[in-house]
Amino acid sequence: MNGYGSRERILARVRRALADVPAHERPADHPVPRDYAAVHGTRTPEETVELLAANLADYRARVHRTDTAGLPALLAGLLARRGARRVVVPAGLPPQWLSRAVVEPVTDSPALTHRDLDAMDSVVTGCALAIAETGTVVLDAGPDQGRRRITLIPDHHLCVVRLPDQVVDSVPQALRRLDPLRPLTWISGPSATSDIELDRVEGVHGPRTLEVLLVNP
Amino acid sequence: MKTQLGMPAFPEAAGRSTRDLRLRANLRHATGLIRERRAAAVAELADWERLRAAAAAVKDRTLRHLDHYLLRLEERVTAAGGTVHWAADAEEANRIVTGLVRATGEREVVKVKSMATQEIGLNEALARAGIRAYETDLAELIVQLADDTPSHLLVPAVHRNRGEIRDIFRERMGHWGRPAPKGLGDRPAELAEAARLHLREKFLRAKVAVSGANFMVAETGTLVVVESEGNGRMCLTLPETLISVVGIEKTVPTWQDLEIYLQLLPRSSTAERMNPYTSLWTGTTEGDGPRHFHLVLLDNGRTDTLADQVGRQALRCIRCSACLNVCPVYERAGGHAYGSPYPGPIGAILTPQLRGLASPLEESLPFASTLCGACYEVCPVAIDIPEVLLHLRARVAEGGEATLRGTRTVIRPARRHTLERTVMDAAAWALDRPGVLRRGQRLAARTRRLHPRRLPGPGRAWTESRELPEVPPESFRDWWARTRGGGR
Ligand code: SF4
Repeated sequence: MNGYGSRERILARVRRALADVPAHERPADHPVPRDYAAVHGTRTPEETVELLAANLADYRARVHRTDTAGLPALLAGLLARRGARRVVVPAGLPPQWLSRAVVEPVTDSPALTHRDLDAMDSVVTGCALAIAETGTVVLDAGPDQGRRRITLIPDHHLCVVRLPDQVVDSVPQALRRLDPLRPLTWISGPSATSDIELDRVEGVHGPRTLEVLLVNP
Repeated sequence: MKTQLGMPAFPEAAGRSTRDLRLRANLRHATGLIRERRAAAVAELADWERLRAAAAAVKDRTLRHLDHYLLRLEERVTAAGGTVHWAADAEEANRIVTGLVRATGEREVVKVKSMATQEIGLNEALARAGIRAYETDLAELIVQLADDTPSHLLVPAVHRNRGEIRDIFRERMGHWGRPAPKGLGDRPAELAEAARLHLREKFLRAKVAVSGANFMVAETGTLVVVESEGNGRMCLTLPETLISVVGIEKTVPTWQDLEIYLQLLPRSSTAERMNPYTSLWTGTTEGDGPRHFHLVLLDNGRTDTLADQVGRQALRCIRCSACLNVCPVYERAGGHAYGSPYPGPIGAILTPQLRGLASPLEESLPFASTLCGACYEVCPVAIDIPEVLLHLRARVAEGGEATLRGTRTVIRPARRHTLERTVMDAAAWALDRPGVLRRGQRLAARTRRLHPRRLPGPGRAWTESRELPEVPPESFRDWWARTRGGGR
């Protein structure tokens, strides 16, 4: 009945099942060919950014390009166009990002309930990195990204990617830079479903509008 | 595995599905579309075959040393603040999960789609304990509201069209929570909006979630869930307690290994460069996400499968469903004919191994194939499904050694009349349809190197595909009358 007994039983079954594996074989003895590509194709850094933008757009993220000086005005414009008033932000968001926006920023804190977050119009964050080949932004709950729930409950997510440092080419490169001990969310376009006659429909539960801002220094 | 008492053997159930014209039309449309898109997504990666070889090798390394990796995984998950439980079978897994939910004092849980929990019949077990489990994938929601069973790994409601879905939402949502909006139409966007509203209320108040996982990294204790809709993120992030039920074969050794599977899985399953959302978490994180994390490691026939040197490759499966979408038999028969949560070619080799050759259903499944080899061609972890099918056919026909719940046993050959009734019918069913055969042959021409080897001795008649159509004519007519002929 108790779980400890089952632990021993399952491990014993595994060992019996593997009677054909030579006793001296260590895990690393079983060969794994890793001759697959670390990156697909060769690109200049600018081409990599263009690929990222194209792949993001292909999965219906809205992509915008600007530089650090232009970022506050761009964010202000996007939030105004959306009609956003209450905007949740992580505690570590650079304050100048929203310096031009006419909104009520609400800094994330454990005191905010799920219902509070459900009443927010938008969320603005940075990211850990972005992957060009797949059109993915990755969040790792860093100070400019906040807890996972703030990018999940609001319906509108604005995500800032700093060029060129935060862009990698490929999935293998991304994993090398990410910390497994942090909670990670990989986002490739807004939430979607194809469950109804295989028509892709944007937005079931996550933010239905994802805007990615690619920002040059 | 969930016992589905009275489940008909494959040919009977398949006959029923083929009479359902809408199901066939939906399936044909769906599998055709997914096939084309997948081919395009795969063609983007010039190193696909090398990724595939690495994926198979990593899984084989893991399986050959599964005890080592499971212990490592347990250690890492525990060190990161999680609690690990071991479940030898479905009943034990259900008991563990029920106990964990009870301990929270909650009477409802939200669920992310998970084959493992379907396999063990968790929802039913929770219901018996007075706990309501809400499925939150759109397709699973449709299936649950309609009191139905899923028909495809990835698109479980592929057998429902939009008009039916609208009717199900209108009639049934109110019984489960927030009713469908007034005047709900049948545009997919409207239906998705109705599901969003219905489920959001549940996500925001949920205290306990149950999930599966696509991968578990032994080296770090990280679990990975790959999804599209965001319901996975909701379940993994908002509740206070998260319980993940995961088959022991989902383990991969290292963090780096994910680079292989996170490239292969989305392209193989949804034909995307990357699926909309992937969540990775390691134990618990202070202030972010669930405070309590339980991992239930599930055996339930997996170690029996592992004991079979030919059959064990089925445990490499990453549940992408590519093999379903290319299978001419699946396209005609539909998912329900396979009598388990695992339909299509993978179901035909996994179900008889997980459950043993327990009934005519399991005995007939290895024969539900033309052996065309298309499933092997597309499989991202290179499972040689035809090879395992032949191996299992020989076991059914000739008997032999197998492991059942950890004990080595000798399986007796199926009785002759059983073979003729259920097994040959399945094979005849697969081979008698001109369309099925034609596509099978076309694909076979491209996969010549995969042609199944013959088995020597009396098993040969049962394992050589070209000889299978030699069914006695009377028995075939009987079967015809009982299924397709008598149905309309
Ligand atoms: S057997 Fe291969 S193709 Fe089929 S679902 Fe599993 S991984 Fe995918």
